[in-house]
Amino acid sequence: MLRALHKFPGLFATLLIVVMTLSGAVLSVLPTLEAVQAPSQLDSSLTIATLADRIAITYPGVEQIRRAPSGQITAFYFEAGQPGAVIIDPATGEGVANYEPSAFQRWITNLHRSLFLDDAGRLTAAAGAASLLVLSISGLMLTARRVGGWRRFFSRLRGPLMGRLHVEVARVTVVGLLLSSATALFMTASTFELLPQGSVVAFPSQVSGQTGATPGIMALLRDTPVDTLRELTFPYPNDPTDAFLLKTDSGEGYLDQGTGEVLIWADAGAWQRVNETIYMLHTGQGMAWLGVILGLMALGAPFMAITGVILWVHARRARPRIKGNFAAIQADTILLVGSEGGSTWGFAATLHDALTQAGHKVHASPMSQFSPHRYSLAERVIVLAATYGEGTAPASAKGFLDRLAALPKAPDMTLAVLGFGDSKFSEFCAYAGDVTRMAEEKGWVQMLPMATIDRQSPQEFARWGRDLGRALGQPLELSHSPAIPRSQALTLISRRDYGAEMQTPAAILRFAIPKVGLWARLAGRALGRFSPGDLLGIVPEGSHVPRFYSLASGREDGFVEICVSRHPGGLCSGQLLDMGIGDNVRGFIRHNPDFRPVRGHKPVILIGAGTGIGPLAGFARTNHSGRPMHLYFGTRHPDSDLFYETEIREWHEEGRLASVATAFSRTSGRAYVQDALRADADHIAKLINEGAQILVCGGRNMAVGVTDALTDILAPAGLTPAALKAERRYVEDTY
Amino acid sequence: MKTLLFALALTTALTIPALAIAKPVTLTANMKQYGGDGAYLALYVTDANGTYKGSLWMAGGKSKYYEHLSDWYRATGGNTAEINGITGASVGAGRQLKITLDLADALFDAGYELHIDASVEDMRDSPSEVVVPLTTTGAGQPAAGRRYIRDFTYDM
Repeated sequence: MLRALHKFPGLFATLLIVVMTLSGAVLSVLPTLEAVQAPSQLDSSLTIATLADRIAITYPGVEQIRRAPSGQITAFYFEAGQPGAVIIDPATGEGVANYEPSAFQRWITNLHRSLFLDDAGRLTAAAGAASLLVLSISGLMLTARRVGGWRRFFSRLRGPLMGRLHVEVARVTVVGLLLSSATALFMTASTFELLPQGSVVAFPSQVSGQTGATPGIMALLRDTPVDTLRELTFPYPNDPTDAFLLKTDSGEGYLDQGTGEVLIWADAGAWQRVNETIYMLHTGQGMAWLGVILGLMALGAPFMAITGVILWVHARRARPRIKGNFAAIQADTILLVGSEGGSTWGFAATLHDALTQAGHKVHASPMSQFSPHRYSLAERVIVLAATYGEGTAPASAKGFLDRLAALPKAPDMTLAVLGFGDSKFSEFCAYAGDVTRMAEEKGWVQMLPMATIDRQSPQEFARWGRDLGRALGQPLELSHSPAIPRSQALTLISRRDYGAEMQTPAAILRFAIPKVGLWARLAGRALGRFSPGDLLGIVPEGSHVPRFYSLASGREDGFVEICVSRHPGGLCSGQLLDMGIGDNVRGFIRHNPDFRPVRGHKPVILIGAGTGIGPLAGFARTNHSGRPMHLYFGTRHPDSDLFYETEIREWHEEGRLASVATAFSRTSGRAYVQDALRADADHIAKLINEGAQILVCGGRNMAVGVTDALTDILAPAGLTPAALKAERRYVEDTY
Repeated sequence: MKTLLFALALTTALTIPALAIAKPVTLTANMKQYGGDGAYLALYVTDANGTYKGSLWMAGGKSKYYEHLSDWYRATGGNTAEINGITGASVGAGRQLKITLDLADALFDAGYELHIDASVEDMRDSPSEVVVPLTTTGAGQPAAGRRYIRDFTYDM
């Protein structure tokens, strides 16, 4: 619901909001320009009486004096039958320039408030403002949900770049957008007279009938500083029944042109002040600095409109249409999908397809539509549940747990739960865990223990599919390729082989960056930018499921380098290690922005084993600033698989690596990298005290061993790896 | 261009029941290129002393801006009942306002004056922009406005 509330007004009103906010941004600087250009009033004790007398001397036919919120003073006068208007220098009462309202300002104002369409345009513009308001509020709530609560509203964002940019800009600009859109609606309501109007003071019933008093002798004008003036209207010449009209910040009233007495005065009411304040907040007139800030914030809206539409298109593309979906009452298998951005639907479609090919009648629906009473023929329910933010239910699963809890007894069919998530988050697959726990409490029979898929891993999904197949008693092959980006042919330009002695072949493979033209680059048919720690997706022949390898080079290095070891029976690693110089393989870049040294000069501890050295070597290679990087590297034997041996020595000498510690598991020492850490415990504790970041790359078992070792090393300082992880000072890339 | 058959019932002040003889009168105002948004115009009649008698037309629909038609506003207190059913759109720069009304014969050659107040957003208010005596001989004679109206004519 919340997401729909954010999505649909966004799509419909995108163009409108872009026009309104861009024109608003242009208008926002005008009060500042006006204030800068207005002749400055140096004497703050200047009274209206003095100013009016000065002007009346220069312009005897003066009819009205106005002071704009910017401080600009304008006099309107009549001379020889011709009307005139000048901008006044308050110090002299003389005109400095003819007052001519800017045609550009009028044009942009009319575009902004009515799209040149008068009342219909005003209503359209108001609809745009209302959309912006709804978007701002729903966006705020979505952001709070994403980061795990209001208190963490400004915490660090994770996830793909486009989504982060969208939220990052939103967090900064939403205040201005809320203010501008809400005040816009108020002003529209006021224009259409839906709100009470301030009353205008009535003309006095009686005037003295005398003439001849000049402003200079009028007590009220002599007591009122020019700063509070709004306008002073002179009586018609030769009309003794007329009077001076004075409007100031505090109210308005009439003054007798014979006696100079105040004939009638009305203070500005509270409601009028509210109106004026809202006008000021919207236009920045009288608060030029606010106008500039609001204008800058308004520029966030077109940016978010563009990124929002891109995000929406991505999500749509990622969500496949499910073909041959059976009705719930006919299906033997129910797929329930809890997806936030739509990627889980892609997995659901693959599963739907595979089960249908295996002869099942499958119904797929969002988890929020869970209705077991309709599943009359169903034998099993399979839940595919993502987790949103810090462990909350994803959009399409709203209300599922409540419905499950409300069931009097567990459904008769069996259940399987598969969680999707990102193990970088502390609440990895927490929602799927909640579902499983409640199902267990209900006594719902589960045909498979709950499993998890990390970062859309097709391999893990395929493995789970085989488990599901075993439970169903039929083979099930799930080959899901989550929206593979267009891949490029990569040509091998060099390889360095390792590990032959240990019967564990491995190699550092270096590919050329494919050369493409400008058009291809613009059309997205290029490899794009990449840095060490990003992933190279390789699509092996005979499969469309890509395998991912951490990059050991960045684009600036001028080549694509990975470190690969042959897995027994591994399709992709086998093909890679069989490549000769000049052979091609198809690959693409998947960004992995969390796994890299954070900006700054603080120390970095690089911990890796085996081919996990790849990205760490890349970090060292690009460490041109000589930032203290300390490498802990575990491998089997110095003669067999000490990857990057020469480079590591060079980098150490050049200062790109501050220290290097190695551990060999197949020598007499039999040491693992965690042993090297323990041996250097004091040094590591000291580095972490200095704010060091830890980057770990390698196999899962190694990562567990490293975490154990660091737990012990950090304990005396009262720190834990989990605490460092929460601060993003401890990041892992494991496989 | 506006055409309106003015059914004499606008205000009691303008209708003299005993002499309820009326004829169609066309009022035409051509606006200057004054470089602003659409002008609000109030057309109304006063007697020779300047006392308000009744309104003929209001060009401009939003009553919150009527206070800027200051003579009309002062005379009527901004009472929109005065212009019920005789309100139209504001008149853009360089455009023409043309309305036809049935006006009582008694309004002519009896010292009555027709006033037009004008106002334009962000520009100077112009009360009594045009003041012309209502006379049979004055019909068809263009009168210049002070700021926004190039000329105004009433034709019988």
